[in-house]
Amino acid sequence: MNNGSPILNISIFGVFVLVTLFVVIRASRNTKTAADYLAAGRAFTGPQNGVAIAGDYLSAASFLGIAGAIALNGYDGFLYSIGFLVAWLIALLLVAELLRNTGKYTMGDVLSFRMRQRPVRAAAATSTMAVSFFYLLAQMAGAGGLVALLLGITGTGGQALVIAVVGALMIAYVLIGGMKGTTWVQIIKAVLLIAGAGIMTLWVLGKYGFNLSSVLGAAVDNAPKAGEKLLGPGLAYGKNGTTKLDFLSLALALVLGTAGLPHILMRFYTVPTAKEARRSVVWAIWLIGIFYLFTLVLGYGAGALVGPDKINAAPGKANSAAPLLALELGGPILLGLIAAVAFATILAVVAGLTITASASFAHDIYANIIKKGQAEDKDSEVKVARLTAIVIGIVSIVGGIIANGQNIAFLVALAFAVAASANLPTILYSLFWKRFNTSGALWSIYGGLIVTITLIVLSPAVSGQPTSMFKNADFALFPLSNPGIVSIPVAFLLGYVGTILSKEKADPIKQAEMEVRSLTGAGAEKAIAH
Amino acid sequence: MSTVEHTPSESGPDAQKWVDVQASEDFAQLKHRLRKFVFPVSGLFLAWYLLYVLLADYAHGFMSTKVIGNINVGLIFGLLQFVSTFVITTLYVRHANKHLDPLAEKLRGEIEGDGK
Repeated sequence: MNNGSPILNISIFGVFVLVTLFVVIRASRNTKTAADYLAAGRAFTGPQNGVAIAGDYLSAASFLGIAGAIALNGYDGFLYSIGFLVAWLIALLLVAELLRNTGKYTMGDVLSFRMRQRPVRAAAATSTMAVSFFYLLAQMAGAGGLVALLLGITGTGGQALVIAVVGALMIAYVLIGGMKGTTWVQIIKAVLLIAGAGIMTLWVLGKYGFNLSSVLGAAVDNAPKAGEKLLGPGLAYGKNGTTKLDFLSLALALVLGTAGLPHILMRFYTVPTAKEARRSVVWAIWLIGIFYLFTLVLGYGAGALVGPDKINAAPGKANSAAPLLALELGGPILLGLIAAVAFATILAVVAGLTITASASFAHDIYANIIKKGQAEDKDSEVKVARLTAIVIGIVSIVGGIIANGQNIAFLVALAFAVAASANLPTILYSLFWKRFNTSGALWSIYGGLIVTITLIVLSPAVSGQPTSMFKNADFALFPLSNPGIVSIPVAFLLGYVGTILSKEKADPIKQAEMEVRSLTGAGAEKAIAH
Repeated sequence: MSTVEHTPSESGPDAQKWVDVQASEDFAQLKHRLRKFVFPVSGLFLAWYLLYVLLADYAHGFMSTKVIGNINVGLIFGLLQFVSTFVITTLYVRHANKHLDPLAEKLRGEIEGDGK
């Protein structure tokens, strides 16, 4: 297969790295305090942050994974994007503004606001790390597949080396730039990604006289096996009752997971007010929605112009649909550009996840649990965050090398399942349910986390199937690959039961303070003027 | 260059004030206006999404019915999910700007004192 020119691909990517590093270094000049490093001084505007959110959210799974899923499974791939988009309404209506008004740097700030600090912060940090880790794995695994396709590196050793390089670059961004630098990387990446996808979409549509129906028809003609089924639901999930239930479970996790993703929640602290947080979500919704409409065309376009056989034969399989389409449309140069954008996507998302996980460790565990909120100087919190970023970077490099070759859309779906089960119930209860208390919070976080991870381990995704992580073992006691349909209701129930059963009363004064602050923005963290 | 670390519990009003504000008429009104919008709308869009998912999952024939050319019911339903998301976003922003922000601002001014 013609992979374009590896040297061209690397050069274009190299230019991106140089430009973003320059921006990151410039942005880091004003980084002095913890609020600078972890929340970018709360000085981004709503629209800027909205673009950055789109950058954080539109991961490699969205671009490569969904385009590929649509190319191969047709309509069933499209279902992913709908869940990913509708989910933003929960963030907009129920979470973003209230969270911005009550927290400082992390999800743990909000969850522990009116609870006993140490246990709840520890729980929030644990689940933040768990979600970030699953998500990181997905991105790193995606990097491996992409490299195979673009640089013609098919050996595991070579791919491992590239994953390590991506990881090292990401550590550099986070160490130098902190949240401000990372945000700028997200903004640049989001603009490139959406523009690139937009151009390709127009190109594909142009080839078919700007008639979507013709694109669909051509995709059907080019897929002898799937045929007409490509256009309706059921190709991937319609086989039998179990797969249908699996799809329902996935759909729940997608729609309820977004508002529980720590790296998305943390972005709301980079703006000065709740109103700006609202504006950023609005921008994010429009950008993300438009992008997913692009992927619909790109996916069917890849099916029509490249064809499922060629996609399946490529090294990255489904994940290579979008790059192959670029090659087909614009030759090696467009492939190089799109490849660089895809790489940038992985790099930026990984950097966002790393800063979130390290912030949670530094702020929730170090500053508030170990130092009991009396960290003698705020610099030490930043120091710990930087150190943690290095550790997380190394862990994700190793994890990425191990997870290389796994389906990235699936890994991301797991991160969503954990976020929807462990985080969302706790966030909603603490914002809207007066009686909710420490015990309820611990039950819903740990309960949600344990149930979700146990079900994943016992699922056919991990063992018992030819497509499983461990092909030769079979301990798949739970029939579904996506645990959401069980774990989400269970976590909500646990939060309720844990609250009711405990004798502890919710702190009425703290509750009053949290409710008043969350709705009015009184006493909220202010932007830092430099 | 000035960098100020705000620790709200130190600089904010005392505990009694939060309780008083929570009990005030204005605050009850703000809370009511927020919840009256976000709870029903959340229920509505989740139900609408669930309906879509269930149709896609269990009504393949219906969703595959072609309407115009190769555009079928499923695709139209899917695109309508995009439309409803955009519409709800716009409606909420309008509601918040008109009915929530002025009241929240007023309360915030009262709580944070005459400093401004």
